[in-house]
Order: sequence, then C-alpha cells, then structure tokens
Amino acid sequence: MAVKPEEFNFAKNDQFNTAMIPGKFARAMRTCKIWQFIRFVIINIKMIIVVSKSH
Amino acid sequence: MARLIVLGGGVAGHTAATFAADWLGREHEVVVVTPNSKWNWIPSNIWVGVGEMSKEDVTFDLAPVYEKAGITYKQAKAVSINPEGSASNDKPFVTFEYTGQGKAGQSEEMTYDYLINATGPKLNFGATPGLGDANGLGEFTVSVCTADHAEHAAHELEKIMDKMRKGERQKILIGTGHGMCTCQGAAFEYIFNVEHEIRKAGLRDMADIQWISNEAFMGDFGMGGLHMKVGGYVVSSRIFTESLFAERGVNYITGAHVNKVEKGKVSYELLDGTTGEESFDFSMLIPPFAGVGLKAYNKAGEDITDTVFAPNGFMKVDADYTPKPYAEWKASDWPRTYQNPTFKNLFAAGIAFAPPHIISKPMKSPNGTVINPTPPRTGMPSGIMGKAVAHSVCDLIKKGPDAHLHEASMAEMGAACVASAGKGWLDGQAAAMTVYPVVPDYEKYPGTGRDTDYTFGEIGLAGHWIKHILHYLFIYKAKLKPFWKVIPE
Repeated sequence: MAVKPEEFNFAKNDQFNTAMIPGKFARAMRTCKIWQFIRFVIINIKMIIVVSKSH
Repeated sequence: MARLIVLGGGVAGHTAATFAADWLGREHEVVVVTPNSKWNWIPSNIWVGVGEMSKEDVTFDLAPVYEKAGITYKQAKAVSINPEGSASNDKPFVTFEYTGQGKAGQSEEMTYDYLINATGPKLNFGATPGLGDANGLGEFTVSVCTADHAEHAAHELEKIMDKMRKGERQKILIGTGHGMCTCQGAAFEYIFNVEHEIRKAGLRDMADIQWISNEAFMGDFGMGGLHMKVGGYVVSSRIFTESLFAERGVNYITGAHVNKVEKGKVSYELLDGTTGEESFDFSMLIPPFAGVGLKAYNKAGEDITDTVFAPNGFMKVDADYTPKPYAEWKASDWPRTYQNPTFKNLFAAGIAFAPPHIISKPMKSPNGTVINPTPPRTGMPSGIMGKAVAHSVCDLIKKGPDAHLHEASMAEMGAACVASAGKGWLDGQAAAMTVYPVVPDYEKYPGTGRDTDYTFGEIGLAGHWIKHILHYLFIYKAKLKPFWKVIPE
C-alpha cells in the first residue's frame, strides 16, 4: 500500500517522527481560497486588536 | 528654534523623524543622519533573496521624501556624540562623516537640543571567523540583511539550482552564524522560501536542506518561545515550528554556536559541549548584531563611551541593568521611555537601545560558550518605540522639560509577525503570528507569561496575502503618501 504524503517524512529521522505533520485536509485548507479569505479577515481583526493594545 | 537630530533612517529612525517633523512643524528643525541613500523595507529582502522581487521593489530614495517632510537630510555616518559639548562649545553636538551628497569622507559637527539614537545594528560578520570581517560579508556564505546582500544571494541560489537541473545534488545550510545571533525569523523565512522555490522548480528531490540555529529549541525566536492558540489548543511554538520543518522535510540542528566558516563547511559547538561540522554548497547565515561603535566624549574631550553605551555598543536607557539571575528577571526591567539616564536629552529607539538582559533562558555549553539568542527588537516594536520617543521629544520641546514622557515598554506591547514560507498569490504560505506582550510578564500572566487570547499563530495563504499587503502598505507609509499617519506601525 502506498504511503500517504503526510506520513512519508515521519520515517526520515527521530526529529520528524515526534512532530505533528498536517494531513491532506489540513494542507488543502491552507490554500483553499474561500477558507483562507475568511481566515484573512479573522487574522486581520486579531492583529488590529494587538496593534491597538500596543500603542 | 530647537533642533532634533535622529541618527539612523531605518524603521525606528524614519518613524521618529517623520512624526517629529509633522508634529513640530517648520518652527523647529529635524535632522536625519544616515549613511544610506535609500530606505529599505527589510522584511521583503527575503523575496529579493530568492529572486521573487528586485532590489528596486524594496527600496526608495530618502532625499525626496525628507525634502517633502521638511527634514534636513545628511547622508553620513555618525561617529561620536559630545553630550556636554566641548571646551569651546557649550551645546551638545554630534560628529558625523559623510558617505554621499558629494562630500564622502568629510567630517562635520552639528549641535542639537535633542538626539534620538536609532542607528540600528552593526552586522557583526567579523564575530565568526570566515563569516566575514570588519568590512562585512565574507566570500563563503550569503546574507539577506541588506537589499544588496539579498540580490547577491538570489544569484548564488540560481547557480545551485542550475546545478540541480544538471543532476547535481546540492546541500543547503541556512540559519544563524554565531551563538549570540538574533533575527532567527529572517533565516526561518529564507529557508522556507528557498525550499518553496526549489519545490516549485521541480528540484526538491535534488536538495538536502538543513537548518542550524543558536536557539535552544525550535521556535524560541529569541523570545524564549511562546505559547499560542492554534486550532483550539494552546501549544508551544516548538510544536508549531517542528511541524513545519517535518512537513517540508527540512532537518534541523539547535543550540549551535557556529565558530568557523570555511569554503563549503561550517564548524560548530552545541549546548552539550560536543562539536560538529556541516558541509554546504549554498549557505545563508545571519550574523550577530552589535552597536555601530559610536563614541561619546565629555566636555574635556575624555572618553565617556562606557557611561552612555553598554559594552555591546547599544545605548543605555531607562532599563534596570542590575545583573541578576534568570529567576529574578521581571517585565519591569525593560525600558519604558528610552531616555538615557545620564543625559536627559538623549534617547534611543529600535535595535540601538541596550536591553537589560536577553528574553530567552541563558544557556552555556560545558566549555563556557554562551549560546543563546539575543532579543528581537525589529519591525513593529521598533516603529512603536520610534513614535513614542518622537512624541516625548516633541512634548519636551513644546511643553518644556517637565513634560510627561511617552512610554512603549516591550513588556506591554505586542507584535504581529508574518513569516513567509513561500511567495505566490495562489500557492504561497506564511505563518501569521501575534505575540502579546513581546517580553513575557509572569506576574500578570502566570501561566505562559503572555496573554493567550492575543498570542496565536497559523500557517496558510491568508498569511501570505497579509505579508504581501504589508509590503506595499509600509512602503506607502514610509514615502509619506496621503493618510500615511493613519497606518499603524
């Protein structure tokens, strides 16, 4: 059975073996335009709050 | 008429000078002394370093902007400060040496009423044998610290990509070039942009990519790491960072003091005292920072540099510099007004101020080698400090010596950081993070030292969009285009 892309790097070394590696869905959401537009709005709001608290 | 001199035209200096000129109007004089003829949006040097932007995209000429703002511009390098004046002149003055404007090499003295030291750092390539020398970057590695360096890095990267296309496997080494570096974030961005470009070119299988850092653990970033909200969990930046490295197949070495660079090879010592070597075909190593080497003299002409500056060359301000163990470090150790304790008309902002201590836990190898990142104070904190200090100076000029000084402690301010992990409007990614406050305050936030409602991070295309928009926004602001003042630092 073929190894899933997200599982391939686990076997490379001990450091990678204990790391958290995103699966297919998480990777797809990172570049999903609709979801990322929503995140864009939310991240901007959060950053504006942090910026306003810092001045 | 009062005269304010600002030393340096980077994020802190440019912010301080432009706001001060706006608030003071033409009845007072603002002078900027900077050796550079161009302003550089340094965060985008990363994209110049992979050939995705040109040097012209990230720089612009300072002279026309300062002319528009009514700022006197001296393209010169500050050499010394006489905060008490001299035997023949009671007014404090600065001595600088021109680097342009047709007067290169000429010296000049200029008196001041107030002085803001925002010189930024000296890129101390000479601290590591082989990394460079007093004249700058050496021949074995590249850098992205300046736009010129980044342009050179892009050419060198293209050369190794050509070799990969011909079937020659290449080893890439990116990280920090000394045990006491800061700015791991820049190296972090560069390694993932290089990885992204190589993958995009279909050459990922031909490259071994290796990270080397002085951080004791992944995700320290010179802030002792941070705990952030990700997907409903509060997680350490270590998990967040290790995840990205594992996902992209980038190996890492942490707790490393690079002590020698040779052609195609670095030597290093680790926190456990062991030593090692790492070979490379292409390497970008960030140098450590130091003060720019400004001298200070008293009225009699005696050297008082030790009074004005800390041993690392950064200027002393209203921080608590009393040496104390890590367990006793407090948020209140950090400066609030950036006023020099001896000379009240001297201020520092940005990298130029001397931090009271590092933020990360101090570490030494069994051989006594200090290996820990120094505190980051670039970007947003630099801009906020520059604005606060300019506000204080303007109030001192307009309201008199008893005016209230404005405060901008790094223990009470947050920072928004967008670390690019590959450029592209549709396939780019960046880690968008906020941290609040930059310096942890364990009295106010006993759990993690920070407010986890405002400390978060996530990776995605949205982060890239934000970073790209910030590129245009901050260059627009720095050019003093309409409504520049409403764009926050």
